[in-house]
Amino acid sequence: MTQHQTIRSSPRSTEPLLSVRDLRVTFQRRDERAFKAVDGVSFDVRPGQTVGLVGESGCGKSVTSLAIMGLLPKRGNTVEGEAVFDGDDLLSLSPSQMRDRRGADIAMIFQDPLSSLNPVITIGRQVTEVMERHQGLSRKEATPKAAELLDRVGIPDPKARLANYPHQLSGGMRQRALIAMALACSPRLLIADEPTTALDVTIQAQILALLKELVVDTGTALVMITHDLGVVAGLCDEVNVLYGGKIVERGGRHGLFRQPRHPYTVGLLDSIPRLDAPRGEKLNPVPGSVADNLPWDSACAFAPRCSHRVDVCTREMPRWDGDDVVGFRCFNPVGGPR
Amino acid sequence: MLRFVLRRLLQMCVVVLVLSMLLFAWLRSLPGGPVSAILGERQTPERRAALEAALGLDEPLPVQYQKFLQRVLQGEFGVSTKVLPGTDALDVFLTRLPATIELAVLALLLAVVIGIPLGYFAARRAGSAVDTTTVIFSLIGVAVPVFFTAFLLKYFFAVEWNLLPVSGRQSTGIDATRVTGLFVLDGILTREWDAAWDALKHLILPALALATIPFAVIFRITRASVLDVLDEDYVRTAEAKGLSTGVIRSRHVLRNAMLPVLTTIGLQAGGLLAGAVLTETVFSYRGVGEALATSFREKDYAVLQVLILAAAVIYVVINLLVDIAYAVIDPRIRTR
Repeated sequence: MTQHQTIRSSPRSTEPLLSVRDLRVTFQRRDERAFKAVDGVSFDVRPGQTVGLVGESGCGKSVTSLAIMGLLPKRGNTVEGEAVFDGDDLLSLSPSQMRDRRGADIAMIFQDPLSSLNPVITIGRQVTEVMERHQGLSRKEATPKAAELLDRVGIPDPKARLANYPHQLSGGMRQRALIAMALACSPRLLIADEPTTALDVTIQAQILALLKELVVDTGTALVMITHDLGVVAGLCDEVNVLYGGKIVERGGRHGLFRQPRHPYTVGLLDSIPRLDAPRGEKLNPVPGSVADNLPWDSACAFAPRCSHRVDVCTREMPRWDGDDVVGFRCFNPVGGPR
Repeated sequence: MLRFVLRRLLQMCVVVLVLSMLLFAWLRSLPGGPVSAILGERQTPERRAALEAALGLDEPLPVQYQKFLQRVLQGEFGVSTKVLPGTDALDVFLTRLPATIELAVLALLLAVVIGIPLGYFAARRAGSAVDTTTVIFSLIGVAVPVFFTAFLLKYFFAVEWNLLPVSGRQSTGIDATRVTGLFVLDGILTREWDAAWDALKHLILPALALATIPFAVIFRITRASVLDVLDEDYVRTAEAKGLSTGVIRSRHVLRNAMLPVLTTIGLQAGGLLAGAVLTETVFSYRGVGEALATSFREKDYAVLQVLILAAAVIYVVINLLVDIAYAVIDPRIRTR
């Protein structure tokens, strides 16, 4: 598969900034069976690289990001594995060490910009509080910097906007403000969890363009979590497709889109509505839902929904076929075995 | 903000006007009525009719209401017949009000100072043994009738152990100078420390009894509200910023969680100020509640009118204050 190797976007020589190894998150609710939300996920993010985590609702992509950030509620959740960032395993840092990292070295943007902003505090205060916390600035010193940040993320009349409350901004402006808060301390890694899902389409495009511009300008590495392959195509250097808490396919974006191997990836690509399709043509969803999943221990979780299923799929777990740059997890991949 | 307050003030006037009509209709429909109260039940119809004419009770109701309203606006409610015979009814209320304010403020202070931190604490440890215990205690606080709590407190602290006075507002033999009518405050203002301390000792038991229900309600609302806010996305955002626990608690959790608590405090304050009938009666504490009980029992209509109308006005004013406080905390209301 030399084709994949030639399009690799980041040189292999660079040490990963974030290296997630065998991450497992188990939810245990009282009187219920333990649920493996994330089941052995490994991936690397190199400085300046944009890595996508793609999958439908419930595949474990958001839980992965929250586990790395240490933001999962303590009660009823177990997190195992490693997430090495800059030499430290984030999963074994103390809460106060983690607090020093969050917002400074690693920042996060969330899905719904309205509910993610505190309704009773001004935008300015919500931006300055990060700088006060991590850069030791006073509120007075941080305020002009906050205005600069709002300006940089494309909010017009930033000085006046500092005094506004979230409900006085439009959806797109709110997401820009959240991005400004995330970038306030120039983090080396930014995790964006479905940052455009709650926005309408034209605004989505603007926000994606802004994110792209910012990561290029600042050299920030970006982990992009999305269910939208369109977002991935425009933004990511490397794409990980998640299913049932495991990575089922990985590749550079060009390779993945040109020659998808896992039937689930193919299904996701086929389900994107095409503008040039004849009128009245039916949409092409992946049949079934995540509720049909088989347990990974003894089968391929995707098997019940898979059009490429063979006998072995329901008897054995497929192994990872590939390395940490390209690969897939399938007994009967599209296009035949490698 | 000014427009917001003015609009609320206007609404307030309408509410009080409607309440005055209801009050008027209710008092006129009570069995017995002022004539029986003044003359007694055994009287000739002629004498009753003569008194009715003298009091204007033979006129049509709208005319009576109009005259009633005129008198009310001039502050004339008539003369007390039973509570403080011969005194102007409004003066009866005004002399009783400081006692009730003192009691209500202390009770509410206790309820807030204990209820809010405890509610927050319980929410942070939701599901734990501490949480369950405090919730059960607060349930008991709501469920046990106030007069029972009051009797228990009185029996143990005043009678059995003799730690605090049994009843009243001030011991006999204390020569205190009156400034505001709030005994504790008077004692502090005039530096008569013994008088202030004595008045405070009289306040403790009734205030404790009175505080149980507001405490339980404030505790439960705080707990539920903090639990809601802890689940909010913006608290997660604050965590993602790496802010210190203290900042997250005070700036992001408590401020938002206080909104429903504020409404509750307002409602409770209204109830307390309108008169703690049971508690004041148990402790023979001569405040508005005790006057209300007496005037109702003895059919002192003039005083009854004043007290009910005053209760309505107090409720409405406190509601206005809560609305203003709401607008101060929540910008979404201010700019609407």
